[in-house]
Amino acid sequence: MINLEVPKKFRAIVSQAHQVGLNVFRPISRKYDRSEHAYPVELDMFAAIMDGMNESTGGVAGAGALKQDKDKDEEGIKNGSNMATVLSLAELCWGDVGLSLTLPRQGLGNAAIAAVANEEQFARFGKKWAAMAITEPGFGSDSAAVRTTAVKDGDEYIINGEKIYVTSGERADCVVVWASVDRSLGRAAIKSFVVEKGTPGMEVVRLEKKLGIKASDTAAITFTDCRIPASNLLGDPEVNVEKGFAGVMQTFDNTRPVVAAMAVGVAKASLDRTRQILNSHKIKTNYNAPLQSLTQLQAQLYRNEADWEGARLLTLKAAWMADNGIPNSKEASMAKAKAGRTANAITLSCVEMLGALGYSEDEMLEKWARDSKILDIFEGTQQIQQLIIARRLLGKSSAELK
Amino acid sequence: MGKNIQGTGLAIATRFSGSKFADKFGLRKPAERLAYLGTKKGFELVMKQLAKKKKDQPDPQMMLDAPARHTMFDLSLSEEQQMIKDTVRSYAEDVIKGLGHDANEAMDLPETYLQDIMELGLNYFSVPESFGGAATSWSPTTNAIIAEELAWGDFTLAYATLAPVGVANAIVKWGTKAQKDKYLPDYLAETPIKSTIALQEPGAFFNPMKKLSTTATKVKNGYRLSGVKTLVPFGGDASLYLVAARFKGKNRLFFVPADTAGISWDDAPAMGLRAAATGTLTMDNILIGADALLGDKDFDYQAFVDLGQLNWCALAVGACQAALDYLIPYVNEREAFGEPISHRQAVAFMIADIGIELEAMRLMLWRAAALAEMGKPFHREAYLAHLLCSEKAMKIGTDAVQLLGGHGFTKEHPAERWYRDLRVLACIHSGLHL
Repeated sequence: MINLEVPKKFRAIVSQAHQVGLNVFRPISRKYDRSEHAYPVELDMFAAIMDGMNESTGGVAGAGALKQDKDKDEEGIKNGSNMATVLSLAELCWGDVGLSLTLPRQGLGNAAIAAVANEEQFARFGKKWAAMAITEPGFGSDSAAVRTTAVKDGDEYIINGEKIYVTSGERADCVVVWASVDRSLGRAAIKSFVVEKGTPGMEVVRLEKKLGIKASDTAAITFTDCRIPASNLLGDPEVNVEKGFAGVMQTFDNTRPVVAAMAVGVAKASLDRTRQILNSHKIKTNYNAPLQSLTQLQAQLYRNEADWEGARLLTLKAAWMADNGIPNSKEASMAKAKAGRTANAITLSCVEMLGALGYSEDEMLEKWARDSKILDIFEGTQQIQQLIIARRLLGKSSAELK
Repeated sequence: MGKNIQGTGLAIATRFSGSKFADKFGLRKPAERLAYLGTKKGFELVMKQLAKKKKDQPDPQMMLDAPARHTMFDLSLSEEQQMIKDTVRSYAEDVIKGLGHDANEAMDLPETYLQDIMELGLNYFSVPESFGGAATSWSPTTNAIIAEELAWGDFTLAYATLAPVGVANAIVKWGTKAQKDKYLPDYLAETPIKSTIALQEPGAFFNPMKKLSTTATKVKNGYRLSGVKTLVPFGGDASLYLVAARFKGKNRLFFVPADTAGISWDDAPAMGLRAAATGTLTMDNILIGADALLGDKDFDYQAFVDLGQLNWCALAVGACQAALDYLIPYVNEREAFGEPISHRQAVAFMIADIGIELEAMRLMLWRAAALAEMGKPFHREAYLAHLLCSEKAMKIGTDAVQLLGGHGFTKEHPAERWYRDLRVLACIHSGLHL
């Protein structure tokens, strides 16, 4: 039966996450925006609190970012963890996107490990903070163009190459690295490897200076004859040309709604604050007249809010499909595309609506407008999402619709 | 959400762990431990209390408001809804789609159109079992699905089909027992009654929530009513109007039989909705009966208007889906520079955006309709759904013409009709009711 309300059972999680956003992230949000590359020590405390939350609520109430899908499969729960994740992550990002991204043990690498690690690997890496290293200086969206290599040598792989834009690349305990085991075999030969921090040959060479999400460190890492155990390869070591790249790309179906949720969260922050300020200037926002009868500010706020609701519902839909085992590649991209562009547009629009106040550092609006831009870029840019959606709708291959 | 007790604890812990004091004295680790234990205990306590409270006092309000089937976020249709959807879609495909072009040109409905479409039994889905119909409950989500599928065939013909159904829905939802007894049988008759809601008033910036210009006063044995309504369908041929008027400081609805003395009709064609033969209805000091006021004290004018706007949203979703379904084969088959134009991102991305916004429109419509169905407040959701549908549907109508290029500008293709019809979303507050 059609019902698009968030079920009651998630209220506790959403409330928890909101309290974290309000009381853990917001108070230190500006501090780490100003001191880029400083480690947010408060988050160690928060990570411990979050472990407590997870334990006391039986592991369902993860206020954290990316959940381990393993639990879902093992316990036979078909409903809930994807939705719980997007709901709680939106609340965390309502607090601060950068801090949400640098939560210990909640990296994108953790999502990859949860998705494809075997039991032995999960025992070794499951509790570690894992970053994800895909992008290289020579490519961004075109993930199949990986140049980093992994050459088998006895019971080890030797990794050589350079990775950039590794979120928490310096802070994490290990990095999941995409590398080709045989560059002549194309995308099917791309595998992911766990490289632990401190492995000789792995070096963090630079931390990026960025427009936003400054609390989240973004590292460039080089691998020079970096030897790792062969058992650190995630998934199937065989190169299957038939199956190709699909398995590796599947991770993105899971992470795109999550990034969409982050966008929903930061956009809500801007909407909430802008509405407060408008109301404090006696501008009413009670939805009681058609757009034509409103002031420009009211109309703009409603337009923003309508787009925001659309983005939010698309995100919930993608999560709902994942929870129910319905393939959601197109819908995950729709959520990411709509939420990414909407969050960016809304946060910028809110700055503009309030003029000098919105632009100044006295308010957080200018920061949210800087933070939001990345959400329309990473985990697949707006244009990559549009390509994916268009190919699905039009029935075109990537060779036809380039 | 403000700060609660749990939040206060988190705030204190954060301030402490970030302080130089904690660093200097090596206190961070023990503090982490404390937070972990404190929080774990705290949560366990709250969870236990919640569990206990649940057992002790079931919340009767919640049980009534939200039956078990509505407790989960769910986008799947019931079996009945799926069946209705498939049936209406087949009719739209087989019949309505083929009639849209000529009806638009003729500026009138095909002669037996309203009679023929009764074989779908739409009125039966609106009128409750107790009044001879087939409806077991008022279901705005089902009504929205019906509207979408009809409009997939043709936007204006769907409007004409649903105008009388909207009156029936309004009677079912708001009417007194006497009004239901009096009017509902007319909707199940062999030749169903041609009727429509008339709310919209002429002129710029009409706001349905403000004082209406049409006024009603109580007189002996009934009401006296004066005013002008516009964008009314059926070319003056309807036999019953449900007219909105200002009465005792509130906006209300009145049953106005078309043969009442003092009523006049003027054709007033517009940019779109042409097959519905829209016009202006003038009521000059007309007298109507004592039972003409729709509903009683629990009548909710805001909800009445919102349910109408949601119905327009549903029509927009259907027409936009039709546009997408029409455009996909076109851009795949149309070639330029030696390959299908869909191989160009400039074209393909427009298709992607139509797909994205259309789905957002549908979800927002469904959310508001489902809230209404569950008896929960839905004004904000209806308002935002209508806003999104207005803006995106107009863009989709425009893009449909653009993607067809010069062909889209001609009447060889339905795109120019979507272009004109979909624009009404932002211009009308009248004529329908989910």
